[in-house]
Amino acid sequence: MKLKMHVNGREVTGEAEGRTLLSAFLRDGLGLTGTHIGCDTSQCGACTVHVNGRQVKSCTMFAIEADGAEVTTIEGMENADGSLSVLQQAFQDHHGLQCGFCTPGMVMAAAALLREIPQPTEAQIRAHLDGNICRCTGYHNIVKAILAASGQPVAMAAE
Amino acid sequence: MPKDGIGASIKRREDPRFLTGRGRYTDDINLNGQAHVHFLRADVAHAVLNGIDTSAAAAMPGVLRIFTAADFSGVGGLPCGWQVTDRHGQPMQEPKHPIMAEGKIRHVGEILAAVVAESVEQARDAAEAIEVDYDELPAVIDMKAACAEGAVKVHDDLTSNLCYDWGFVEENKAAVDEAFASAAHVTTLELVNNRLVANPMEPRVAIGDYALHDDSSTLYTTSQNPHVIRLLMGAFVLGIPEHKLRVVAPDVGGGFGTKIFHYAEEAFCTFAAKQLRRPVKWTSTRSEAFISDAHGRDHVTKIELALDSEHNFIALRTDTYANMGAYLSTFAPSVPTWLHGTLMAGNYRTPLIYVNVKAVFTNTVPVDAYRGAGRPEATFQLERVVDKAARELALDPAELRRQNFIRKDQFPYATPVAVEYDTGDYEATLDKALAMSDYAGFDARRQESEARGKLRGIGLSHYIEACGIAPSNLVGQLGARAGLYESATVRVNATGGIVVMTGSHSHGQGHETSFPQVIAEMIGIAPDQVEIVHGDTANTPMGMGTYGSRSIAVGGSAMVRATEKIIAKAKKIAAHLMEAAEADIELKDGAFTVAGTDKSVAWGDVTLAAYVPHNYPLDEIEPGLEETAFYDPANFTYPSGCYICEVEVDPDTGRVEVQSFTAADDFGNVINPMIVAGQVHGGVGQGIGQALLENCVYDGDGQLLSASYMDYAMPRARDLPMIAVDHSCCTPCTHNPLGVKGCGEAGAIGSPPALVNAVVDALHRAGKEVSHIDMPLSPARVWAAMNG
Repeated sequence: MKLKMHVNGREVTGEAEGRTLLSAFLRDGLGLTGTHIGCDTSQCGACTVHVNGRQVKSCTMFAIEADGAEVTTIEGMENADGSLSVLQQAFQDHHGLQCGFCTPGMVMAAAALLREIPQPTEAQIRAHLDGNICRCTGYHNIVKAILAASGQPVAMAAE
Repeated sequence: MPKDGIGASIKRREDPRFLTGRGRYTDDINLNGQAHVHFLRADVAHAVLNGIDTSAAAAMPGVLRIFTAADFSGVGGLPCGWQVTDRHGQPMQEPKHPIMAEGKIRHVGEILAAVVAESVEQARDAAEAIEVDYDELPAVIDMKAACAEGAVKVHDDLTSNLCYDWGFVEENKAAVDEAFASAAHVTTLELVNNRLVANPMEPRVAIGDYALHDDSSTLYTTSQNPHVIRLLMGAFVLGIPEHKLRVVAPDVGGGFGTKIFHYAEEAFCTFAAKQLRRPVKWTSTRSEAFISDAHGRDHVTKIELALDSEHNFIALRTDTYANMGAYLSTFAPSVPTWLHGTLMAGNYRTPLIYVNVKAVFTNTVPVDAYRGAGRPEATFQLERVVDKAARELALDPAELRRQNFIRKDQFPYATPVAVEYDTGDYEATLDKALAMSDYAGFDARRQESEARGKLRGIGLSHYIEACGIAPSNLVGQLGARAGLYESATVRVNATGGIVVMTGSHSHGQGHETSFPQVIAEMIGIAPDQVEIVHGDTANTPMGMGTYGSRSIAVGGSAMVRATEKIIAKAKKIAAHLMEAAEADIELKDGAFTVAGTDKSVAWGDVTLAAYVPHNYPLDEIEPGLEETAFYDPANFTYPSGCYICEVEVDPDTGRVEVQSFTAADDFGNVINPMIVAGQVHGGVGQGIGQALLENCVYDGDGQLLSASYMDYAMPRARDLPMIAVDHSCCTPCTHNPLGVKGCGEAGAIGSPPALVNAVVDALHRAGKEVSHIDMPLSPARVWAAMNG
């Protein structure tokens, strides 16, 4: 099936079987390999993207369901000049990533949270990340990065 | 001295690529003409395999070829890298570990056939049309039942299901038994160290490629140690010499041990690519990962601690069953023995120790090293039994530990279990953790919890680990079939920039950031003048990779040694350029000076001279500035620390909530404190996961019940607290040039006993006579213990 969508602000067209998941289409069809696949039960959240402004695990929908949609992936999150966004920079400043595999999903989830709740509490951040698993950081520095990105004071990463 | 050298928390240079989706993980690689493989895996645990009919599947759309065990008749089994010798001087029983099941199925998930097709969907579709004819056998799951007389055997050609019966130190056994007979008090504890699945977030991937023009093979794989894979797969499985085989492990999304090992899928893709003359790619699903990645832990232990009338530890005796699974994974035999028995002294002066380990074959996925590997199992039982002893004797658990610590003036300290700790100060980390956690103020917090109807408890643990693995001559005596040195080539370019090619492998540890800090410190240049290359056998010297908290201690030391050679040669060149004596040349802040004069040449002037040797001592030294060093450590390193956990238990539901967690570690010198803290956070997260949530469960038929993230409880953000860390207590390692000890595993080693001790403490304070609860401390288990 042919399909057309706006991904990271650009119109793209491609072909997908009916059974092709959006996550697979982004990776294999469009070469946007920043969207990662860490499980097959829609639990880990590594494939999180935004579809029409909503946070979605891209393994939970077929590519064809996103026909005509506005999709944002991790590749579309940096500033126009290519520098890291405030949120991405906060992840680096606070060592909110190690192996980097869950990171795209974490950034997409956190961006959606901050749009909904600009200054979330620690408990709200932890609750929002329930669908995103990280095996490296113990979440400590991810939580700090999101607090920092929201403009709330946090200790620096080494502390 | 550069401000970004040793000890600076500089930001990670890896991060921008990961934060923008530009990492290059193995699954991101797609080669021209690539075919895809889907493995048909066993869905029963134990069966006689009568035959596999692939004819219908072979005719399905897109199928290129279907492989079965018969295709691998000329190929070796997957090798085991460590041979353990048993109590009676006999080698362990070592069955063949075939790439695909041969004649018998021995665990759910074992590969039965491989379908290679144009697309992964076509391969999957075709696999469903394969017919497998088998006769199911009773599964061997419980370790003690597996050792019983007349038990069904996992391997018909072995004498029993016992891989080995190991005694350590066998000569101490009689003296240990004697000490127990005369002890004033004996504390006994039976416990389970729960089976876990490592679960790095990136599932394993392998891509085999074959180049006809030079008859060479390339494997792209999610590995912690590409050189080890090249050696094992090339020499023992496929018979490809190293110069015809390249192994590449690009960005790797976490390892935690389970990506050390050589797996059948790697050998298959390399083999099939040559057969088909096309690249062959396999990407594991998470469901496959649960039934094909080596699992971790899975010990059943009885531990006994003997004390004299003044509460000194006088002897320790343990009896452990360790699950090997159906086959021996790469380093499996070493985990319950040399990485476990040697740690049983812990931080204490216990003079007599005897450890018995029975390693058992079962119809389960192979078990091997997982973060900590043997050391968490040792620490858990020891720190639980010490806590239980304190409770039985009505002593403060912190003070009982303090009384029995090896004192800081006793180092180097030879334990009765064959290792010599070089340095440490256990009271320092204890006092630091007690202060950080406000141990003294616990009672007020407990009362506050009580007012809210919650039970509050506090638990501590002390750990020692042996890492910086390992002295080759020592591990060789202990049965290792490999050396455990590390390598580095330091290439200085003409204009002064440096590329370091290291055998260490970074899969989250941040080597690309921290390793340059060391060179920056040594030469006095900015770290961004140094680039780290790793993960490709084609452009790195033979190295053993990253595990056992060894990268900075062994790989970093190799880099230091190579850089020392660079500096020595550069000083000769500088002496020539300044017409001075070599002995008078000093290197500081990136410039060479002549002592007592104002003569100076910059680093870049010397490096340029090395490559444009017009004015150069060609009769004395070669042009160029590139040096390699192989570093083989003199001893293990011995990080230690004290962890304190505070919990609340809901008396109505048994639910445990971690209120605070404190980690005071002695890692020796620290290169990048930010990265070190992150390693502790992650290790503690996994340790809390083991203690509270994670459990890998087989039913009696050998079906894995916890085979997805729906069933295997991974720690999530809401399960973990903020973690207070400190590494200011520093006793530098005495035998490596950086004085470093390694920090990767500590968190996972020290945290489970602290948490379980805290829960048992909470229940005791509430008047419940509970001496132990096995991990994970699920609400159901805690409630049952309270109401049992």
